[in-house]
Amino acid sequence: MAKRIDVSGLTAFYGSHKAIEDISMTVEPRSVTAFIGPSGCGKSTFLRTLNRMHEVTPGGRVEGKVMLDDESLYGPGVDPVAVRRTIGMVFQRPNPFPTMSIYDNVAAGLRLNGKYRKAQLDEVVEKSLRGANLWNEVKDRLNKPGSGLSGGQQQRLCIARAIAVEPQVLLMDEPCSALDPISTIAIEDLIGELKEQYTIVIVTHNMQQAARVSDRTAFFNLAAIGQPGKLIEIDDTERIFSNPSVQATEDYISGRFG
Amino acid sequence: MSHAVMDQRPQDAVGPRPATLRQARLPRWAPLGIALGSAALAIATGVLADLQSRAQWGLIAALLFVATTFALTTAVEGVRQAKDRLATSLVWVCFLAAVVPLASLVWETVARGAEMFDLYFLTHSMSGLRDLQPGGGVYHSLIGTLQQVGLATLIAAPLGLLTAVYLVEYGKGKLAKAVTFFVDVMTGIPSIVAGLFVLSFWIILLDFGYSGWAGAMALAILMMPIVVRSTEEMLKLVPNELREASLALGVPKWRTILKVVLPTSIGGITTGVMLAVARIAGETAPIMLLVFGASSINNNPFEGPQDSLPYFIWTQFKAGNQYAYDRAWAAALVLIALVMLLNLLARGIARWKAPKAGH
Amino acid sequence: MDMTKTVAPPPQAELPPEAPKGSSGTKGSATHRGDRIFSGLTKGSGITLLVIMAAIAAFLTWRSINALSVNEGNFFTTFDWNANADPPVFGIAVLAFGTVVSSVIAMALAVPVAVGIALFISHYAPRKLASPLAYVIDLLAAVPSIVYGLWGALFLVPHLSGLYFWLDDYFGWTGVFAYDGGAARSLFTVGIVLAIMILPIVTNVSREVFLQVPRMHEEAALALGATRWEVIRMSVLPFGRSGVISASMLGLGRALGETMAVATVLSPSFLINPSLLNPGGGTFAQNIAAGFNEAGDIGRDALIASGLVLFVITLVVNGGARMIIARRKEYSGANA
Repeated sequence: MAKRIDVSGLTAFYGSHKAIEDISMTVEPRSVTAFIGPSGCGKSTFLRTLNRMHEVTPGGRVEGKVMLDDESLYGPGVDPVAVRRTIGMVFQRPNPFPTMSIYDNVAAGLRLNGKYRKAQLDEVVEKSLRGANLWNEVKDRLNKPGSGLSGGQQQRLCIARAIAVEPQVLLMDEPCSALDPISTIAIEDLIGELKEQYTIVIVTHNMQQAARVSDRTAFFNLAAIGQPGKLIEIDDTERIFSNPSVQATEDYISGRFG
Repeated sequence: MSHAVMDQRPQDAVGPRPATLRQARLPRWAPLGIALGSAALAIATGVLADLQSRAQWGLIAALLFVATTFALTTAVEGVRQAKDRLATSLVWVCFLAAVVPLASLVWETVARGAEMFDLYFLTHSMSGLRDLQPGGGVYHSLIGTLQQVGLATLIAAPLGLLTAVYLVEYGKGKLAKAVTFFVDVMTGIPSIVAGLFVLSFWIILLDFGYSGWAGAMALAILMMPIVVRSTEEMLKLVPNELREASLALGVPKWRTILKVVLPTSIGGITTGVMLAVARIAGETAPIMLLVFGASSINNNPFEGPQDSLPYFIWTQFKAGNQYAYDRAWAAALVLIALVMLLNLLARGIARWKAPKAGH
Repeated sequence: MDMTKTVAPPPQAELPPEAPKGSSGTKGSATHRGDRIFSGLTKGSGITLLVIMAAIAAFLTWRSINALSVNEGNFFTTFDWNANADPPVFGIAVLAFGTVVSSVIAMALAVPVAVGIALFISHYAPRKLASPLAYVIDLLAAVPSIVYGLWGALFLVPHLSGLYFWLDDYFGWTGVFAYDGGAARSLFTVGIVLAIMILPIVTNVSREVFLQVPRMHEEAALALGATRWEVIRMSVLPFGRSGVISASMLGLGRALGETMAVATVLSPSFLINPSLLNPGGGTFAQNIAAGFNEAGDIGRDALIASGLVLFVITLVVNGGARMIIARRKEYSGANA
């Protein structure tokens, strides 16, 4: 169920401001790809172009090509709604629907897509919550509001919600930045398990995290404030962290800036 | 384990994962085309069936548009898209349905009011004129409105402001809770009830006569909760760091409030007071019960009946002849202009005095 | 009040280096006296407000008892208002009916449309159109009710006959929509005018709530592959529900107590007319406005008694709205 993403010559704008410029890369299926780089380098913007979330920001606009296996995300006749259904997303701050119960949160995506019998929904909800390592903690209070969980549990609930619709790709935008260290470890373990089934792209501020969870790492940078962000290099994580081919990457990783 | 679930899915249910990202779409011109088609069909129906009211034509067109869009979208794009488009068209219909009467209200007032509106109208009273005669003006009503509203503001603004300060800076416990609750309740008091209260207290019990002052008291009751509410909001916006900085310098709390908190939020407070003034300037019912109305100038709000702009509109409307209607429309135009002026001014102040960083 | 007051207690006079001007050795007691006077003043204002509310209830009750003690009819069930006659006979049945019916019509027409416009401004309209539109609707909320009444009576009433004949053709058999072709100065017209009148205020409050929906909640729905309408249904409406309820209650309060817009439009009578399209009926506020000038002492007190009922109704509606909002707040996650 995992697919490859091929990006070529992608540029994204906010109004007339160019946020990222001319990015090309390949994201391998059933692997974790991490995006690192200093603040403002456009890594989150780039992530949001991969499921067409960038264009919901007022003034957001994209040029270039993104292929999901052999289908173009930005091709004519492509429905952004279908794209987002195929490519799931987890956000920086956990955002369960506040008025819905834990159960309804997980079932929300499925309910959008058609009618299901209660037994089927039950099964998917349990499977997704198990997949997100949350089932044992919430199985006795599925009908309580999702906003009553701790931050880390809420984030895992959001992951469960995203995987319930069985996406091809899972995008994660700094999923641990609002969480405490113990919750972070839980999420990182979960990412390790999820990559057996999904293509995962994760944006992170935390280089140790990138080193821990990812198979490949992409380093983004910008020449100066106000300049568009660019992809500096993408390579196997081990190589990036031990022997990067660009000096800027090494400077960033060794903490000389950023 | 995922396959087990997949297999149980009913055939007609749409799977979560579409086979393709592509989606059959109606062409971009479809909404416009359907709208034009519906309008044409509605007009044809209206003419053929001899429907008199334009409202019916509009209704038919709207219904046709919504139904056709829904049917076509369901056929081409699927039920979810159809619901989305249905919601979009309903929202547009709501918008149009509301714009028509509101635009008509403004247009009628301006167009009919302009016929009689001039400097003469503003500077003359109705003294010596019968309702059936043409001419006359609103000078006496304008004086009355300004005095009554002014007096009401003199009562309500300080009381409202101090109450808001109490709620935000001092209020704790049951009393503050009670005040908050009753401010809310007071906001909902119908203006005529406020009028009846002053009537029974000032005119029946204390046996004073009708006067602008009596009306001003009722207006003040209506104005006070609005001032409390808006001032409260503004005071809450003042960052606590400012208060703490001042207190840490040894400035007593009451001086901190007077010298730091209130000056910081004065723009917003002024805006709130002016919006409240605009609200009560158009009140008619209390004036009817307490000020009684007059056709000539009375410059003393504390003695004898006065007139007011909204009350003038009411008396002219009741007179029921064309000259009186003309005067009513012109007075309505003056009243709307006054209220709008207050509103624009208030918003101007809000923008001008908006707290800036580092201010 | 959910604001957190972290204002430190006033520090004792320890002569800080930058003591404010005017402070002297006796600052400690002066500070306390100033604080006591000022806080007393603000507290007094708050108490004044409570006293006014109590006085309104007390005075209205006092006059009402005066009128009710001589009333020969049943105040709640009599279909008549002869308060100036001897003996006086009056009851509020017709007024209560007219007030409730016209307000219900107004709410039924205005609330869905207002929610629609609020969504239009917050989520559908092109951005260049949205903010001027919001501004204009804000201004329209300030148009005095007498102007709505004037427009309703002189412009809208003549234009409604066609619609009413049409309603009569198709729904006349129900009785409720029977129309005999007179001037359309009926409770239904009153409802329409009230609806138009409360539309801006309900729209404004709803719009503000819809705009406050956190972006992350909308993005949560979008990222699941929701259409725009599904985003609104999943994120915007649940978040905004309590706001829409409070906006509606605000509008209802206005509609219930509105005097001039009703007095200008309605052709009143002391009958409960089964047809809403034909003239007749009355409302509390309209009846006070219409009867006040001719009222004698008992007549005036009788009107005050009806005003007391209106006061209690608006009190209940407002108090109810507050309670609904307070209870919803716990679930809506508005503070989360």
